[in-house]
Amino acid sequence: MDFSLSSEQKMVQDSVAKFILNDYDFETRRKILSSDAGYSQENWALFAELGWLMLPFNEDDGGLGGSMADLMVVMEEFGKGMVVEPFIATAVMGGGLIAAAGNQAQKDDYLPRVMAGELQMAFAYAEPQSRYHLNNVATSATETSSEYVISGQKSVVLNGNHADVLIVAARTSGDTNDNDGISLFLVDATHPSVKRAGYANVDGHQAADIWFENTPALGLLGEKGKALPVIENIIDKATLAVCAEAVGAMKIAHERTLEYAKTRKQFGRTIGSFQAIQHRLVNMFMEHQQAKSILLMAVLKMDSNNGSDAKALSAAKSRIGKAANLVGRETIQIHGGIGMTDEIDVGHIFKRLTTIQFLFGSTDMHTKRFASL
Amino acid sequence: MNLTFTSEEQQFQQQVRDFLQQKLPKHIAAKTKKALHLSKDEYTQWQQILHAQGWAAVNWPVEYGGTGWTPTQKYIFANECAKAGAPDVIPFGLKMVAPIIYTFGNEQQKQRFLPDILASNVWWCQGYSETGAGSDLAGLKTTAVKDGDEYVVNGTKTWTTLGQYADWIFCLVRTGPPSAKNQEAISFLLINMHDPKISVSPIITIDGRHEVNEVHFDGVRVPAKNLIGAEGQGWTYAKILLSHERTGIARVAISKDRMVQLKALAATSADGDNKLLDDPIFAQKVAKVEIDLMALEYTELRTLSAISTGQAPGPESSILKIVGTQIIQAIDELYVEAAGYYSMPYVPEQFHDDFDGQYIGSDMDANSALRYFNNRKASIYGGSNEIQTNIISKAVLGL
Repeated sequence: MDFSLSSEQKMVQDSVAKFILNDYDFETRRKILSSDAGYSQENWALFAELGWLMLPFNEDDGGLGGSMADLMVVMEEFGKGMVVEPFIATAVMGGGLIAAAGNQAQKDDYLPRVMAGELQMAFAYAEPQSRYHLNNVATSATETSSEYVISGQKSVVLNGNHADVLIVAARTSGDTNDNDGISLFLVDATHPSVKRAGYANVDGHQAADIWFENTPALGLLGEKGKALPVIENIIDKATLAVCAEAVGAMKIAHERTLEYAKTRKQFGRTIGSFQAIQHRLVNMFMEHQQAKSILLMAVLKMDSNNGSDAKALSAAKSRIGKAANLVGRETIQIHGGIGMTDEIDVGHIFKRLTTIQFLFGSTDMHTKRFASL
Repeated sequence: MNLTFTSEEQQFQQQVRDFLQQKLPKHIAAKTKKALHLSKDEYTQWQQILHAQGWAAVNWPVEYGGTGWTPTQKYIFANECAKAGAPDVIPFGLKMVAPIIYTFGNEQQKQRFLPDILASNVWWCQGYSETGAGSDLAGLKTTAVKDGDEYVVNGTKTWTTLGQYADWIFCLVRTGPPSAKNQEAISFLLINMHDPKISVSPIITIDGRHEVNEVHFDGVRVPAKNLIGAEGQGWTYAKILLSHERTGIARVAISKDRMVQLKALAATSADGDNKLLDDPIFAQKVAKVEIDLMALEYTELRTLSAISTGQAPGPESSILKIVGTQIIQAIDELYVEAAGYYSMPYVPEQFHDDFDGQYIGSDMDANSALRYFNNRKASIYGGSNEIQTNIISKAVLGL
């Protein structure tokens, strides 16, 4: 048994940690959020330059890693700075789907551009009625003589407003809830038949609702009608990424709260000297530790099974969701009024810890899935 | 013991329903049902409609313009208002400072302030908390130094809810010598917010809203006749007020209505091929909150019944505050769950009346996350739930 990181992973960890410390402080992040794009193109170019965009890909695809451990290392550090650049949307999901399902020509076309930071992508899967059921796809793709045309609506597509190319889950056969008959398509996001309503999410991440009306696909990605397992696996990987992010965010939330409890004075003493507060800080600490442990479990199990272990992943998301809920709420409560303000970071950590509980399936959904597997 | 309404009470219920049906503006009801924020004018409009009916001051004694209602009538009124989508009155004037004025104020103060509060002609706000005085409210530093027949006030109050609209503020200030014990140096002072030496700066909260403020007093001269009661008694008055604030803070009627709406929402919200309420796990979570709320409702009724027999709300009101806010927050969380992915988009402009863009999500749950974030304050304000727990521990259990 060896839980230590490889020297390459340690280097990546150090370099991401340094970036967060030096170039992604809270004020810088605030400026990024209020910019037109809502994320920083300079940072994106830097991520490419430092090779971070190559980490989700294995060497055969021109990448630098591709393991869940690599992903964990980056995302845990990103979580400490609440990074809003679309790493998960473009590199983990967009590029990841092409690596998993694309033919050689598609890989050659897209992956170098993703890794070079030249292409923004988004994966459009959820729909207004689907909630977290990945098999529930109403968006249709119809084959014409020369191409597929797509019609339907996709909900809260991460990076959907900035993506150059979308990957769209659409039904080529069967009923809305069938497991078979779902296919993946590459779509030009700027095609005039694509209507996008972009916005920021409450956690600062960019997203969009997207409507397709007889939109021609650029091409089919992977096997026709057989996309569900591919979708499930890429969502599992994205889920692992936000789990790691949550673990990083919880660490900062706990540190900030501990620091506050040690310095904030009421009744002539620090609030951290009250047992009622002490026990709660200990609970937060234990939640973070438990979250970190189960994250590691899921990483190791997925990595020892070719990047796929749905049961372990759902266990991690369920447990980490529970921890994120408690740590987020307690961070605000122990800070009191000041924790409610937009001007300090803990409220923003709380918001991200809240959305992570629902991203890629809620805590309850993953608990249920764990039980069913 | 009796749970059924008498025929007079049933008549009263019908009277309230008719009134709400006829007089509650539809746009205000619609906004309230969707938990959207009302403007100052909308609040004032509704409170003045209540006033015209003689129902603005539910809890005041009749001699000052109150309703004189029995606890059962108050219960009926609160429930019918919540069902109809009538907004809560802004509490600072009608529910908070007025009881202090009619209980501890002199005749001149009553005549000067109560009619305008009753008619919602003035907007009040509360000046209690300070940066260094949160849970330890008695540690407040704002000073009021007597100079002839005036007090000179210096200091900064914070978390002043809707202070940007306020005409008047009721403040806890330090009048005693620095050597005096904290609580014995605190006085209760009414201050005109239009004084040029008062400035208000906004605090933006995590839901992106400007609801609370800092209020700065820079040598504000306040007539000594605006002091309520005696110098050094402010803490005692405020404690009594806070226990009144806590009975209102349970918000049972509103939580009941929000549960009804939540169930309707979950019964129609898609969960793949099913509806969300068909999910036994979600349905069980809803049921648990509903059951907790039933217990709270009867705890509140017991308290109201005790008040009606002449007892002031005691430390038991802390139970209402703790459990009431836990339930408010649990309901908020269920709404976020019900919204699912649509809890995430932050499109505040779509909640404005004149929005004509693409609406994201459904209008019953699109602001669910913002409400969840905003209501984290509920376990912090009015004496944090930790302070309430201490009150029960000390004052009820004698620990």
